[in-house]
Amino acid sequence: MIAGAMRALKVIVFVLLSCFASASLAWSGEAEIRTSIAQLAAAKGFPEIEKIVKDLAALGDPLVNPALTALADGNLQVRKSDNAVFITRDGGSGVVLIDPITGKEAGEAAKTDVVKIKVNNNLRRIIRDSLGNLTLQSPDTATRLQAAQTIFRNSDASQLVALDAAIASEKVSAVRTQMELARASAILNSDRGDDEKVAAITLIKERGGRDALSLLTAIEAKTSGLVKDQAGAAVAGIERTLTFWATGQNVWYGLSLGSVLLLAAIGLAITFGVMGVINMAHGEMVMLGAYTTFVTQDIIRESFPGLFNWSLLIALPLAFLVAAIVGVIIERGIIRHLYGRPLETLLATWGVSLILQQGVRSIFGPTNQEVGNPSWMSGSFQIGELDVTWNRLWIIVFSLIVFFVLLIALNKTPLGLQMRAVTQNRRMASAMGIRTPFVDSMTFALGSGIAGIAGVALSQIDNVSPNLGQSYIIDSFMVVVFGGVGNLWGTLVGALSLGILNKFLEPFAGAVLGKIIVLILIILFIQKRPRGLFALKGRAVEA
Amino acid sequence: MILTRFFLGGFDRGITVLIALLLLLALIVPILHLAVPPTSFFHIPTFIVALLGKYLTYALLALSLDLVWGYCGILSLGHGAFFALGGYAMGMYLMRQIGSRGSYGNAELPDFMVFLNWKELPWFWYGFDNFAFALLMVMLVPGLLAFVFGWFAFRSRVTGVYLSIITQAMTYALMLAFFRNNMGFGGNNGLTDFKDILGFNVQAPETRMALFSASAVALCLGILITSALVNSKYGKLMIGVRDAESRLRFLGYRPESIKLLAFTVSAVMAGVAGALYVPQVGIINPGEFDPGNSIEVVIWTAVGGRGTIVGPVIGALLVNAGKSWFTGVLPEFWLFALGGLFVFVTLFMPKGVVGLWTSVKARWRAKPSAEITQPAEAQT
Repeated sequence: MIAGAMRALKVIVFVLLSCFASASLAWSGEAEIRTSIAQLAAAKGFPEIEKIVKDLAALGDPLVNPALTALADGNLQVRKSDNAVFITRDGGSGVVLIDPITGKEAGEAAKTDVVKIKVNNNLRRIIRDSLGNLTLQSPDTATRLQAAQTIFRNSDASQLVALDAAIASEKVSAVRTQMELARASAILNSDRGDDEKVAAITLIKERGGRDALSLLTAIEAKTSGLVKDQAGAAVAGIERTLTFWATGQNVWYGLSLGSVLLLAAIGLAITFGVMGVINMAHGEMVMLGAYTTFVTQDIIRESFPGLFNWSLLIALPLAFLVAAIVGVIIERGIIRHLYGRPLETLLATWGVSLILQQGVRSIFGPTNQEVGNPSWMSGSFQIGELDVTWNRLWIIVFSLIVFFVLLIALNKTPLGLQMRAVTQNRRMASAMGIRTPFVDSMTFALGSGIAGIAGVALSQIDNVSPNLGQSYIIDSFMVVVFGGVGNLWGTLVGALSLGILNKFLEPFAGAVLGKIIVLILIILFIQKRPRGLFALKGRAVEA
Repeated sequence: MILTRFFLGGFDRGITVLIALLLLLALIVPILHLAVPPTSFFHIPTFIVALLGKYLTYALLALSLDLVWGYCGILSLGHGAFFALGGYAMGMYLMRQIGSRGSYGNAELPDFMVFLNWKELPWFWYGFDNFAFALLMVMLVPGLLAFVFGWFAFRSRVTGVYLSIITQAMTYALMLAFFRNNMGFGGNNGLTDFKDILGFNVQAPETRMALFSASAVALCLGILITSALVNSKYGKLMIGVRDAESRLRFLGYRPESIKLLAFTVSAVMAGVAGALYVPQVGIINPGEFDPGNSIEVVIWTAVGGRGTIVGPVIGALLVNAGKSWFTGVLPEFWLFALGGLFVFVTLFMPKGVVGLWTSVKARWRAKPSAEITQPAEAQT
């Protein structure tokens, strides 16, 4: 299936190339190729066909590529009525006829009206060699690069001569490097001397990567003596590097998951930490933030399409406001009446979460909404073997910004001071003249607003649906409970370590089992430290 | 004599009426369903019977939650897990009874195992072809899980919302686990396509009636056990744990043992409810472990009135009847209604329907009612 697709792709590339070539550059003339191809119809036996193939290849014109590829694949057929040669593919009533040079469709024919030009394995090999030669000399850089990579992977020794010629004439340095690698790989499979092979191994080892690893492992298995030792050493070296990068990749994925958890949990940490309120509707605040992003983008798309790249930045304050206002309404309307009864609060906020979910479902429908990525958040780049996507990177940066802004807000602002006072000793704070109900409201608004902001970020990597919040609520609880209440650092450490632990368990336990293991570990951890990793100490705890 | 006193000591008029009603139901419904011709006004159609049977098992589940939450102050958000485990144990028995009548005709392996290319029965399926063994497992598995879980949790004094959240994590982890195909419990699809129970066809009206009556009787037993427990000396200790755990500890009792017993007994009751539920609805799948389901059980209990025996039963019946009605008439509004119910009950009816009834009665008689234990507001 993939091979078929690759082949089709190759044909398309060649066809495009040939169009390009025939339009601008005349190497040897279409007519000459056409005559040679036409001779195939009359050719008797394999030696004659072989001669024609070699003639075609000798022309050095990429225009012959489609015909040769088709010949090797057994798709080159002769129409019985007029002995014209066509590339064919199944379709229509029988086969679709394609001109072997221009690649244009030239009608259809019944399967009985055409006859296949037969090839044997020997012929196929000759065709492949000539094709490799042709593609290595192709005017298109990408084609040359691809050809070199293919030879590298197959370590095809028969291509050595062609490669030497290609390297000598190659102008683009990146392609030349790849060709030299391909040459090294080909040398390993040839009967050249040991010193040349050792040099080749050194070259390949420097490149590293999975391809090089499998190549060298194969070489190690079938050679002996010095080459075997060198290959073995190179394999070990590459494996070390790969393990290192794999660990790095896991840490990266873990950090990425951890930052998502941090965003989702940090608002909860505030409401729970300060007010002792378990807000089951917290996930729905995240969802509201994501939907605010969706609505903002919708308006921007319709009215100010030029601002689309700014849509997330515009959505941030809006999401904060929407979630914070809903938060204040919940606090003033419901939670205020239930202080000191945390279990009841839990139930009431669960009810609120059901209402919010169903409300969003009624307004926007149950399906996922499309939230676009601005250009600066899409795509990815490579560091060594590490694949880094921009949206993950931005979310990590963003979650850290939110964390530190919040930390400063709690430690340096008057409201933050009051919040901490209420957290540590509600009655004493009240006695000192702090309006605890007001602080409660503001805290709840802040926690909810941050959940809304988290929704903006999560809309970039998750499905925006009414169930968005549900998928985060249990994880967020785990982070808060694990990290300890009333301490933002605990939430940070908890989120990141849970994220990384999850991603390190995944490779050998699978995603689901990994998650289960993490849950069980947390349950066991709470037995050991019921108040979390960074527990508040002192009298305030029992209050 | 002592046993009779133990079981009947805590009877008040409410419980007597409830048990009498349930037993009457267990008698009348089968007669109206089987003996009365379908054309008659008094005939009860099959779907109503199935619905009522389901409600009765839900009522037993709510009652089991009430034992730990209403009397012992432990808000478990994972009781659905015990229910589902009991259900799975029964489901495994029913699966083994299919025998070679499955789509693949394999006498030894259930369909989903044949489908997954398994060659032999996993060890934890051994014995489930025996009804008595399955019944034992129905009680043992949830009971054991609750015992181990509670032993760890209560000993390290995990209380209040922390406990609620880890029970929720427990059922969530179980849900994820049971969704996995290679766990050997049918994965996503769960266990279904049941044929026989004890040799009788599960679809047959007579079997349905028997199951219905069994559910009613099980509920009566559950009520008897709960009322006996809460009215004994041990019951006073449970309430002590609920209202002032530290004080009880200072008096020399061990709150963790008291809680552990209540939690385990309650889990066993939930398991039995699940086992009765599965043959009546004909399927058990990992969705039953969903944390949302467990919280819904809490609201049944709260609506009826926690800390009472009659309350959870009434609550489960009321809320589920409401759910059936709503999802039939206004499906979009059911979640609004349920969510609103959560908020309304916690804000305005902390003692539920039963509490409302007692206070109305008390006001009418202008004297305080001492009959029903009033649940005090939990402190933390």
